[in-house]
Amino acid sequence: MSAVVIEAKGLTRAFGAFVAVDRISFDVRAGEVFGFLGANGAGKTTAIRMLIGLLSPSSGTARVAGHDVGTESEAVKRRIGYMSQRFSLYEDLTPRENIRLYGGIYGLSGPQIRERTGQVLTRLGLEAVADQRVQRLPLGWRQKLAFSVALVHQPQIVFLDEPTSGVDPITRRQFWELIYEAAAGGTTVFVTTHYMDEAEYCDRVSIMVAGRIDAIGTPGELKQQFGAPSIDDVFVQLARPAASSGGQAHAAAAPPGGPS
Amino acid sequence: MSAVVAEGVTKRFAATTAVDAVTLAIDRGELFGVIGPDGAGKTTLFRMFVTLLAPDAGRASVLGLDVVRDYRALRRRVGYMAGRFSLYPDLSVAENLQFFAAVFGTTVAREAAQIAPIYSQLEAFADRRAAALSGGMKQKLALCCALVHRPDILFLDEPTTGVDAVSRREFWDLLSTLKKGGQTIVVSTPYMDEATRCDRIALMHGGRLLAVDTPAGVSGSYDRPLFGVRVHARYKALLALRAYPHAQGVYPFGEVIHFSDARRDTSPDVLEQDLRAYLVARGFADASVGLLAPTVEDAFIARTAGPA
Amino acid sequence: MTALIGLLRKEWFHILRDRRTLAVLLGLPAIQVVLFGYAIRTDVNDVRLGIVDPSPDHATLALRDRFAASGVFRIVATVPRLADLDALFQTGDVQQAVVFEPGFASRLAGSTPASLLVLSDATEPNTGSLLQAYALSVVEQYQRDLSPPMSSVRVQGRAWRADRPAVIVPQTRMRFNPTRESSNLFVPGLMAFVLTIISSLMTAISLTREKETGTMETLLVSPLRPWAIIVGKVAPYLVVGFASVVGVLVEARLVFGVPLRGSVLLLLGEGALYILVSLALGILVSASTSSQRVAMVVALLGTMLPNVLLSGFVFPVESMPAPLQVIANVVPGRWFVLIARGIMLKGIGLEYLWRETLILAAMAAVLLVASTRSFKERLV
Repeated sequence: MSAVVIEAKGLTRAFGAFVAVDRISFDVRAGEVFGFLGANGAGKTTAIRMLIGLLSPSSGTARVAGHDVGTESEAVKRRIGYMSQRFSLYEDLTPRENIRLYGGIYGLSGPQIRERTGQVLTRLGLEAVADQRVQRLPLGWRQKLAFSVALVHQPQIVFLDEPTSGVDPITRRQFWELIYEAAAGGTTVFVTTHYMDEAEYCDRVSIMVAGRIDAIGTPGELKQQFGAPSIDDVFVQLARPAASSGGQAHAAAAPPGGPS
Repeated sequence: MSAVVAEGVTKRFAATTAVDAVTLAIDRGELFGVIGPDGAGKTTLFRMFVTLLAPDAGRASVLGLDVVRDYRALRRRVGYMAGRFSLYPDLSVAENLQFFAAVFGTTVAREAAQIAPIYSQLEAFADRRAAALSGGMKQKLALCCALVHRPDILFLDEPTTGVDAVSRREFWDLLSTLKKGGQTIVVSTPYMDEATRCDRIALMHGGRLLAVDTPAGVSGSYDRPLFGVRVHARYKALLALRAYPHAQGVYPFGEVIHFSDARRDTSPDVLEQDLRAYLVARGFADASVGLLAPTVEDAFIARTAGPA
Repeated sequence: MTALIGLLRKEWFHILRDRRTLAVLLGLPAIQVVLFGYAIRTDVNDVRLGIVDPSPDHATLALRDRFAASGVFRIVATVPRLADLDALFQTGDVQQAVVFEPGFASRLAGSTPASLLVLSDATEPNTGSLLQAYALSVVEQYQRDLSPPMSSVRVQGRAWRADRPAVIVPQTRMRFNPTRESSNLFVPGLMAFVLTIISSLMTAISLTREKETGTMETLLVSPLRPWAIIVGKVAPYLVVGFASVVGVLVEARLVFGVPLRGSVLLLLGEGALYILVSLALGILVSASTSSQRVAMVVALLGTMLPNVLLSGFVFPVESMPAPLQVIANVVPGRWFVLIARGIMLKGIGLEYLWRETLILAAMAAVLLVASTRSFKERLV
């Protein structure tokens, strides 16, 4: 049994009277690909922000890479990689410059940065465009590069927020192969996605509804538990009752701290 | 009469050709989907149809009106939902609706029946500011506003992008309801699984149309046997399959790996046997191999994969 | 440490690669040095002087020659009575008058002091007191030259010497702004400034906000015609602008006692005309960009800065070098400030201000046409 690298216990976050994340508890083990799913407004983004040390919990605890996210957030940030949905790379810098920048920020030495740069460019086939501004590259290439940059300092855990949004089918799959490679190398991958088929690529999956985790397990276990042929159907079963009756307010409203 | 006719429509921006010689025809009462990833040119194509952009080459007509010459008349009859959230965040749900009704010379009261199926889901939030709605609700509101003036045709540009799976389903349920009432709807989406909810689809990639047909027609155009491989150690199996000498296309699809063989003249049974033998020899004793019905996504991948 | 250096390096790349920001960073100081260096002139030259000389004699002629030769003054009219200069003061053709009393020379030679009156137009800030100072210094120099032991004054070829110290007693008066209240001078310019903010800046921001959020797309694909969209977005600012003009006027009257000697209706009418010009400028600015921030900067640099520097609001236009004066003529605020000062402080009406009004109206017409044309009905 490999070590636990993420451990949440009763993790909670409230914004005024609104409880965005309601006492969630779960573990993630080293080398796992963990899918963190949920509808918009379910509290996913808030939960992730707490785990990466950007937001402090209202109550409960979480330990990431051996550090408490509430009291040791700086230590957490140093040990993880993060690829956000809205922003990944500086568009007016080249791929080479982006790698160098993040390498420097995470304290890699000059030779280390050069070595990593060569590795990444070769692996992604970007040598020809290494010195072109990122804004000129197609979306799929950018996302793959952003992922590699998030891993430049070889962190224990990498958090990915909807990394394949809008990307074409082939590039999506190439991206997931990069994820598999990273996991095979021992990196833990914590990923959120709207593509339900991608949920199947994960070792384990959790589904958040109205601030709580309503299901957690391997894709196979969940499908059996809910008698559903796909994770998509599991998701609908869990989320739809909440969306159509009592929990409608939660599902329809966006938390004041920012939508999920 | 066709609802939309495009002939060789092209649009260029500086060095890129966003839309490259697109030709298609959409019938009245159809629910037509334009399927493709970001950057395929869907938004540019839609903007030309709703007269926001003029084509650099080719011609297009909507409802029999030319998009360049008759744009004023067209703008009265078209319902358009733009890509990102394009309503007023600081106005409430009700106020946004009233505004769009007024702009088209009508009132919400008069059109209540028209928008009822959708508005019933929004009614509870009539006074809430649009910015405070969740993604799924915003899109429903935008749909309402596009419908409120009873357009003869609806153009919805990526209405389900960024919205969760449940809201997406609900949205498509709404579209089906509208279509039953005779509404012509043209939708664009990057989600391949939504293709099956349309009457006909156009696959778009890099500004070009890859296919225009019914979803069954498109998936049926997959020209060779497609196998699904189920195995526990998925990543390792993926790498092993790539190394298989006869491998043509190897792509993960959730739990199953889709595999197509490069050999054209061999019977499917032999292909299957060879594959199973190879996998077992490589140590995947639990591998199960079976024929699959190809999906739209398989067809899309096959057409965009380029030379194998 | 390397992290910090990496971050610094990145910022340099951003600065160097953003052409627009770079242009502003490098170009703006250069432009500002020129503008401020030349616009901020606290000296005056080419003062238009009127002479009132009821009984010309050798002393008045000598003094008049002095004024003419000073290099600062330019005599534009010589009349026997002060009333004759009234019209010229109203139109601004005369900025200052020197009024001699009858029998000036004999007074000088005699035992009583000779007096003259220096009358200055004080509607321009700073200028009034400067004009006065210059004129007085010429007079004083003359007085010194007359006094023993040395006299450089010649009359009919012979040196003329006074028997005793000549005394000239100058009186001074400021016309139109006798107490030289600075609020009187600033209020007209302030009105122009406020109107520019509301009409140009806010309009530009409002239109580009629509583009930035994407709602403009939705508006375009509707029966709304471009003029309707423009009027709908801009009219509220017209109303707000009007309300602020009235507010500024009321406050100026009540709190500072700024005079309003002319017609209120005319002032409001000219205000409305100026608002139209500013609105049109705001629309033009919005046509150039889809970004609210860019629109704000362009509006600030293109409309507010010229209005503050070149309209005569703070710095007198007449003191600026010729090229800047020419440029100032293109700034709408310049004409409105003249009009507003004329109406409020001088109490004049259209009969004197018709030229300025015509210029503003022409600007409004041209800009409104240009701005309607600039509004694109398609995205590209």
